[in-house]
Amino acid sequence: MASTTPQALPAAQGFRKRVSMLSDRAVAWLCIGPTIALLLAINIFPLLWTIYLSFTNYRANQPGREIKWVGLKNYKRILGSEDIWGYMQTTASFVCTTMIIQTALGLGLALLINRNFRGHGFCTTVILIPMMLTPAVVGTFWTYIYQPQTGIFSYIVNFFAEVGPLDMIGSVDLAPWAIVIVDTWMWTPYIMLLCLAGLRSIPPYLYEAAEIDRANAWQKFRYITLPRIMPFLMLAVLFRGMENVKMFDMVVELTSGGPGSVTELASINLKREAFEKWKTGYSSAFAVILFVTVFGLGSIYVKALNRVKS
Amino acid sequence: MTASDGKPAAATASAAPRRLGTAAAAAAVIAYALITLIPLLWILVTGFKSPPDSISYPPKVVYRPTLEGYVNLFTARSRQTREYIDSLGPATTWYDKLARKRNMVITGPSRFAGRYMNSVIIGFGSTFLAVFLGTLAAYGFSRFKVPLKDDLLFFILSTRMMPPIAVAIPIFLMYRKLGLSDTALGMILLYTAVNVSLAVWLLKGFVDEIPREYEEAAIIDGYSRMQAFVKVVLPQMRAGIAATAIFCLIFAWNEYAFALLLTSGEAQTAPPFIPVIIGEGGLDWPAVAAGTTLFLLPIITFTVLLRNQLLRGITFGAIRK
Repeated sequence: MASTTPQALPAAQGFRKRVSMLSDRAVAWLCIGPTIALLLAINIFPLLWTIYLSFTNYRANQPGREIKWVGLKNYKRILGSEDIWGYMQTTASFVCTTMIIQTALGLGLALLINRNFRGHGFCTTVILIPMMLTPAVVGTFWTYIYQPQTGIFSYIVNFFAEVGPLDMIGSVDLAPWAIVIVDTWMWTPYIMLLCLAGLRSIPPYLYEAAEIDRANAWQKFRYITLPRIMPFLMLAVLFRGMENVKMFDMVVELTSGGPGSVTELASINLKREAFEKWKTGYSSAFAVILFVTVFGLGSIYVKALNRVKS
Repeated sequence: MTASDGKPAAATASAAPRRLGTAAAAAAVIAYALITLIPLLWILVTGFKSPPDSISYPPKVVYRPTLEGYVNLFTARSRQTREYIDSLGPATTWYDKLARKRNMVITGPSRFAGRYMNSVIIGFGSTFLAVFLGTLAAYGFSRFKVPLKDDLLFFILSTRMMPPIAVAIPIFLMYRKLGLSDTALGMILLYTAVNVSLAVWLLKGFVDEIPREYEEAAIIDGYSRMQAFVKVVLPQMRAGIAATAIFCLIFAWNEYAFALLLTSGEAQTAPPFIPVIIGEGGLDWPAVAAGTTLFLLPIITFTVLLRNQLLRGITFGAIRK
């Protein structure tokens, strides 16, 4: 085998030779080591530190103050706080509403696009764009669109139905819908894409066999389509649901959690407690609770998903 | 019982309603696509409005376009009296002229360009690092018997379950102690750590698809493991690496929470900066729209050009698992 190694300096050549002569085991650790090290340093160590802080009364804006161990006091306060339960409820209703609407829309769009009409690829690309945009920037410019007098949302709605200037952001009733609409605009394509992938994996002969058996459209959908795309749909809802529990960027820019605390999601409140009120210990406990919630719900969901797949 | 073209009668009988149904489907999807575009088009249009036009009631669709928004985005200005402005020499450039029409004098460049550059540097830097580490780790997990492999992989995946704000608290303290606050290096490391879990997961799937026979043949021929990896496996991973890199870049580009909490001046990226471009009496909407357009344009371009890679990556998790 003709070697194509260029004539490097003796030192570099020696190093290269040493690296290429490593045993399989050494190579394996060389490959995985740096990644594990980075994750330990920036993900695991901080997580452990957060858990430690959750048992203290530390305040990051008073670093010199003596840190006192307070045991479960932070956790008791959080779990007993009506406000916190309110924020969790706001978050839960946000997640449920968006998941229901986006599932219906995404599945519907996927079914329509799967008919492969001319231009469906172009349409897919266009619908895909909002998903890739910066959520914080999207929140900002939807603030402009939602202006009651000067924004086009109110203008367009009034074009169809005279309801007067719509204050989407300032109204207690409309603000939750404001964030649901923007989230739907951004993320319906995600569910649509996964459903589409699922639809495309269904072999056509199943439908042909069903047609021979004189199945109607609804029966075909219920017995062939739906079971086949269920895993994809559930996976999409899992990912999106988890992301929406952690939702921060877009809502912070759109409503800041307001008016009042009508759209104050869990992450927004966490940021307030940790980085505005500087109650570091307290907010660490909240963070741990949130993490356990996401992790727990995610695990339950994944188990259900695996059962559906088998 | 077949029709003249050989298809079973049932098929041709339902062909006409099917075609109608397809046309209706197309109409519905096109309508949705157009509605989706409206907010984006509106932002593009707003970038070329003058500040008074942008807050006119009712909203103006027909207006006189101007570059004032873009000028305001890139410059810092101060308001002066008419006499002072007249006492200066004639305006030298077109943007000077624009500013003076509103009784403003340009005092220097704004911070937008710097923030945009930070987004580029931190974005590409962390993407490169995440893909580099991810490729190596994916190869390692795929080809070697690593103790506790499944646990390690799950651990890597679970790092994505923490709300970013929660992670930000200890990182903030840690970086403060290490002097990494508000540094590009600190942000690159952070974004890399967040991205590498996704990168490993995606890339491992791609590596798993490549048959081992190729490397084993190369090793029999005298190449070492690393050489076999570089010469045989890496080229076949190109598509996977491209798809992974795009996702990492998009995450880093769009990241907001960490940038907001961990940076303030030196290493701040564009997303926390754009919402606070203040004009006279509130947000300078044309400038915000201009900044938004410039920041989102690369993403939209990427999405359109690299559509297939993106689609592959997005649906990857569903199919592979």
